Amino acid sequence: MSSSIIDEGEYAGRSAGAAPFPSSPPTIRVLRPHRGWRGVDLGELWRNRAVVGFLVRRDLKVRYAQTTLGALWVLLQALVPMLIFTIVFGILAKLPSDGVPYMLFALTGLVTWTYFATAVLGATTSLITNSELVTKVYVPRLAIPLAPLLGALADLTIGLALLGAFLVSFRVAPRAESVVLVPLLLVLLVTTAAGFGYWLSALTARFRDVKHVTPMLLQMLMYASPVVYPLSLIPARYRLAYALNPMVGVIEGLRAVLLRTPLVDGRIFAVSCAVSAVLLVSGVLFFRRTERLFADIV
Amino acid sequence: MSDNSSGAVAVHATQLGKRYEIGGRARHDTMRDAVASAFSSAMAGVGAAARRVMPNGTSASAAPPALAPARERREFWALRDLSFSVREGEVLGIIGRNGAGKSTLLKILCGITEPTAGEVAVRGRVGSLLEVGTGFHPDLSGRDNVFLNGSILGMSRQHVAQHFDEILAFAGVEEFIDTPIKYYSTGMRIRLAFAVAAHLEPEILIIDEVLSVGDAEFQEKCLGRMDSTARSGRTVLFVSHHMPSVKRLCTRCLWIDEGRLQMDGPVSETIHAYLTPNGATAPESADMDLREWRNRYGHGVATFRRARLLDGEGRPSLVLRRGGGMTLELELTSDVQHPMRMDVTVVSESGVNVLSLSHHDVPGCVPGVMRGRFTVTCSLAELPLAAGRYHFRLVAMSEREHVHDAVDDVLPFTVEDAPDSPRPFQTVAANGFCVVPSRWTIAACLA
Repeated sequence: MSSSIIDEGEYAGRSAGAAPFPSSPPTIRVLRPHRGWRGVDLGELWRNRAVVGFLVRRDLKVRYAQTTLGALWVLLQALVPMLIFTIVFGILAKLPSDGVPYMLFALTGLVTWTYFATAVLGATTSLITNSELVTKVYVPRLAIPLAPLLGALADLTIGLALLGAFLVSFRVAPRAESVVLVPLLLVLLVTTAAGFGYWLSALTARFRDVKHVTPMLLQMLMYASPVVYPLSLIPARYRLAYALNPMVGVIEGLRAVLLRTPLVDGRIFAVSCAVSAVLLVSGVLFFRRTERLFADIV
Repeated sequence: MSDNSSGAVAVHATQLGKRYEIGGRARHDTMRDAVASAFSSAMAGVGAAARRVMPNGTSASAAPPALAPARERREFWALRDLSFSVREGEVLGIIGRNGAGKSTLLKILCGITEPTAGEVAVRGRVGSLLEVGTGFHPDLSGRDNVFLNGSILGMSRQHVAQHFDEILAFAGVEEFIDTPIKYYSTGMRIRLAFAVAAHLEPEILIIDEVLSVGDAEFQEKCLGRMDSTARSGRTVLFVSHHMPSVKRLCTRCLWIDEGRLQMDGPVSETIHAYLTPNGATAPESADMDLREWRNRYGHGVATFRRARLLDGEGRPSLVLRRGGGMTLELELTSDVQHPMRMDVTVVSESGVNVLSLSHHDVPGCVPGVMRGRFTVTCSLAELPLAAGRYHFRLVAMSEREHVHDAVDDVLPFTVEDAPDSPRPFQTVAANGFCVVPSRWTIAACLA
């Protein structure tokens, strides 16, 4: 099996002149059984960027089709929980908020968390909801969870604009470094969501239970992240362990640069970044390892 | 046009095999199953007990009986030792019964699933059409769906944009293109989906049975389009149950049975071998078992089991008399309990559709509202056919014209001229297929 019957040289030689498509160089794919780990073909993913683009557009258009308020729902989905959290956790429970108005504190956490939850949940079910893309046509499988991960960025943008409006009305000036740091933190956010997304989508293809576990997992993760309370509430000796949840670095980092809360300890931030990177790399590799089975089990 | 015999190899398959593990797959569909099986292998025999203490209420609580303690792993080779090659510009038909492995082969060639054994080299960009309208979303407009589906099929945005007007014209949905397709009729949706696919221009085109949808006129349009695709020098691999399409489009034919290559040769010879079981000729009996009859296509929701032809006296016979009685008894099985449309066409030896019989001609007669096995009888008091050889084509379809079962070449029969005919000459099909009573008057013309 290791020796290919037709080597590429023979193909290339024969194609000269006789081929009806002289302009396109002959691309040869040898399809054979694979076992074990496989790398990632970024070039293939890039060539299929249009598919990802259209899938993102489809998801966005479909989400608010036939609604009267349309994209206004994105604002309401951020504002309503913000008010609830402010009343319940800020006013009633009197949770600390590192010295900034609790409303701003909660909104920063919520906007970030909403992206994470939407993207991860979308990615988790993406192979099931798009099963025809897996079983009826060949689209690079890595592209399928990518669509919800990118699509949720639209909501994130609106959420961040809303946050900007609140910053202006509360007269809070972000740190000057935020120009550089916010985009980097968002990359960390997307990386984290993608890591979870690839792990969970590949697992869901095999075990449908994961689809039911994911909402619970997300809820647990939300309370294990500094969304409604600050990192400073966690006893100092546990903070490194706490930072194993990469969302700690993302949310606390954003608050530090946007709301001028105390800067995050560099070690805590490094732990979050490292975990996030490991999650993404292992998630993609696990996805690649199992994807040869997708068409047979989805 | 490229010459078939000298073109470069486009597809080369070597001892291709695909194995499915039926038991294993069912067992690991949910985590509970995987956990339970881990348990049961750890403490062999106590597996069932372990499974009982697992929390219930997962999505698949109706776990398949394959979970039974006997942990058999049933292996099933959908394809086995398949070797063939296709040259550039060839149009290869792939035929075989349902479940013979044809679709598995196409899925491997497209890269959708991996072979378990062997390998296949594919040279050139592959475009596949295993389903029409992949990725279509009901809430999106026709326009959005065209671009989405086009990109999924591997077309560039520019390519779709360039051919957009042609696609609309081909589908005939110009005025509704900005309407969400959930408001389209089934026919419109299929036409739009097919129109996109018809403008796919890869180097190797792989098509599964997709022509069984749509009305006859649209099917013809699609066949014509595929014909020109095939003639433009593209390599086409075409799976179909519809033998006339295979005959018309293909230059070579593979017959696959139970995952193995049965025959690889010229189209008409391969089709002939496939259609005549065990080399025997079609049964010359007025009572025909259709269960294993291969010359058919359709979704199989309802199928014809048996057909019987009776003459005017009610005797089974393959010889009928012009002007005499005829009764056709059909036995069917149906999985669904929906009204269906049943058409019987009498086809001449030369392939002309001569006579159209439909239960709709009798008001209130709706076959197929019954589930399970049932018979349908169609009688003619006076057979209007001229002497000659004919056969039946039986079609059962849903009211939306989805073909459940279309069986051809059924009950080849002979019509003899009426002995009591007042005509002094024999009435043969060459004069016209149908003979019906007519009134004649003759009068001299006054100048």
